[in-house]
Amino acid sequence: MFKTVRGRLITIFLMVAVAGWQLYAHGLKLGLDLKGGMHLALEVDDPANTMSAKQKSDAIDRVERIVRSRINQFGVQEPLIQKEGGDRLIVELAGISDPTEARKIIEKQAYLEFKLVQPVTQVQEALPRIDRAIVSALGVDSIRKLGAAVTASGQNLQQLLFGDTSKAGKSKRDSAAAAAAEDSASALRPLSALLNQGDVLGTFMVDTNDVPTVTEFLALPDVQRILPRDEDLQWGSEVVGRGTRNYKRLYVLTKKPFLTGDMLENAVAGRDPQFNESQVEFTLSRAGGRRFEEFSGQHIGDYLAIVLDSTVMSAPVIKDRIGAQGVIQMGNSPLSDAQDLALVLRAGALPVKLKVADEVTVGPSLGQDSIDQGEVAGIVGILAVIMIMILYYRFSGLLAVLALGVYVVLVLGGLAGLNATLTVPGIAGIILSIGMAVDANVLIFERIREELAAGRATRTAMDEGFSNAMSAIVDSNITTLLTALILFNFGTGPVKGFAVTLSIGIVASFISAVFVTRTFYLIYVGRKKASDPISI
Amino acid sequence: MRFFAHANYKFIEQRKKLYVVSATAILIGIAAMVTNIFSIGSWQNYGIDFTGGSLVQVQFNKPMDAGSLRSALGGGYVITRFGEATTYQIRAPLGEQTIDQVANSIQQKLTTAFGASAFKVMSKDLVSPKVAGELLRKAAMAILFSFIITLIYLAFRFETRFGTAAIIATGHDILITLGFLAIFRMEISLESVAAVLTIVGYSLNDTIIVFDRIRENLHKKGARKRDLIELINASINETLPRTILTSGTTVAVLVALLLLGGAVIRDFTVVLIMGIVVGTYSSIFVASPALVEIQKRWGEGKIREKKAKASPATA
Repeated sequence: MFKTVRGRLITIFLMVAVAGWQLYAHGLKLGLDLKGGMHLALEVDDPANTMSAKQKSDAIDRVERIVRSRINQFGVQEPLIQKEGGDRLIVELAGISDPTEARKIIEKQAYLEFKLVQPVTQVQEALPRIDRAIVSALGVDSIRKLGAAVTASGQNLQQLLFGDTSKAGKSKRDSAAAAAAEDSASALRPLSALLNQGDVLGTFMVDTNDVPTVTEFLALPDVQRILPRDEDLQWGSEVVGRGTRNYKRLYVLTKKPFLTGDMLENAVAGRDPQFNESQVEFTLSRAGGRRFEEFSGQHIGDYLAIVLDSTVMSAPVIKDRIGAQGVIQMGNSPLSDAQDLALVLRAGALPVKLKVADEVTVGPSLGQDSIDQGEVAGIVGILAVIMIMILYYRFSGLLAVLALGVYVVLVLGGLAGLNATLTVPGIAGIILSIGMAVDANVLIFERIREELAAGRATRTAMDEGFSNAMSAIVDSNITTLLTALILFNFGTGPVKGFAVTLSIGIVASFISAVFVTRTFYLIYVGRKKASDPISI
Repeated sequence: MRFFAHANYKFIEQRKKLYVVSATAILIGIAAMVTNIFSIGSWQNYGIDFTGGSLVQVQFNKPMDAGSLRSALGGGYVITRFGEATTYQIRAPLGEQTIDQVANSIQQKLTTAFGASAFKVMSKDLVSPKVAGELLRKAAMAILFSFIITLIYLAFRFETRFGTAAIIATGHDILITLGFLAIFRMEISLESVAAVLTIVGYSLNDTIIVFDRIRENLHKKGARKRDLIELINASINETLPRTILTSGTTVAVLVALLLLGGAVIRDFTVVLIMGIVVGTYSSIFVASPALVEIQKRWGEGKIREKKAKASPATA
């Protein structure tokens, strides 16, 4: 097939047709730097390092499926979601307009649990021991600093909730000495001083300013050991205003949920018709519905906590058996938050917490500038190559330029066919491989000129020229290709893009120079007698 | 049209002078690296790809100078102009904050100083130190592996002495490139690693073309009678038109990229242009002389240095 000019032309035509079709069918995918968008690298958040590499890798596999489903529902075109290096997930959303919202949707763990609210008695009994554990773990001095700042708030709440009783009266009567005593006493009971009696069964109230301190205390390993084994303390999402102060509820819940989000079948965002507040209505699967019904039937009069990512969203009282339907109230958050929550609940919970290891967002206008500038530079560069080739090699140069045209179609088709992403360094890779294609042509033409100068006939000079240049072309192409492959292997992101376009470019430039130029040459020289001069 | 059609330059004879040129260039680069260690704490100006950190790019409505930006932001930030005087990159050291917090605090400070409508955030980039360390290791591995693989390939296609000479020339180019990066404190990013590797490829490519001709001439009839230096000179001269034309074309394309391609790839292009000039130089003035030196010291005798006759190169 390669022997005859006709066979060669058909081959070229087929290659161009396939490449053109690939380009038409898939289109060129533009990278973040060209199109704008967001790149995220996510890792399993495991600060205590309790998971093995294998566990992390499995977790990332599951995360990948869920994130993909969330993003598909979010409606991003052609997201790139792939696992990298065993324990990392790369998410690239090109052309996205609101990266912050997308990030929330990806990162949200969306772990939904249903738990019963427990009376505070067990925790209350353990408080003195917890206080002592905190003092011995953190030391008196550091606690005193925290304690002094927060005791006053506790007193105020007592007053607000239960009126100005004897305790308040006493503290008024007593002077600075008593206040100091109070101060050191609270320093010795760091946690209980911050916990105020709750307004609902099974809760404590904590001043919002003290929430981080309490969270820190509760996270201490020594405290975790003392806390009742079958109970959990979790924050409510709602902020409760009492006078000038704001409080958060700390719920005492059963440790084990009786139902989790895996039993969820559907979730829809909506508004509460009564208060016009955002909410998410969910439907449980059949099995989940049965379990829910049975459980709620046994616990009529108890409080049911709906816990999302370790935060109690609401804790309504169970008035009757509850079927497969339920509601997550979101207070006065915007409806879009409810929509996002419904979306992540539908897609499923992430099996682990994630943290962002690497993030890039590029504004769309920056991308557009890059494209425009790259285009202009590319066109000018190509024109320069065309001019140099034609000025220097005349008609032969023109043939080489035509072959370069084939090269461009092959590269673009190759990129589209391999589903590669074109980035700014990628464009540089293409331009560099244009250089390689020109180089191959130059090598060939120089050899032909040498042969002609040595007095060979046109046809012989052409054959000799091509075959003499071959070893140099092969060697230089292969070394560059090797470098490109190594780059591809070790590179990430932009470097990889560069390596891909360079590799495709080298293969295309080899085909273009060695096969396409030669075919054009065969047609050109074929019409001449051996002694006719050629334009080179 | 033909350049250098019957060139007959005595390149090899000039080699000692050019060793001095190369050595000086390399020493200046090393001096710059040492200076950098003392002044910026690292031999190269590593970008956040390799150190970890966050980078926020902002664009202002009207030209802005770095000084007023600096006073608006306060200390701790590295501010670089990015192309036109309206666009700046602000680099914040890596703390426990998320990129959004960093970007928000920068945005707040800028809003206080210049008003909310005066600028917009163009891009945000955050790299954790762990990812950064991995990238650095991968980049080093990539360079090392490309060296090893090329050496193996050249040893297989040519002979060991050619491979060794090619590696010497490539090492020369890398040293000069690194020196160049150190002198101008250009930011070392993933793109600059790609650029350095491209230079490695290009320089090898150029060297291989010359070596291919030397190999061919060595295999010609009567090559044994020819003086090696004369033969290598002739080979360089024979490939000179190609060397000049290809380098010229590539540089022309790169200059177009440099002038019109925008700020995103400016550094990348500058490094490539410099590398291609050095790569072309080294294939003539470093690789081929290295071959002569290797042959003189460890070759199979016969090679004496004598004044080459002014025979015209075959062309």
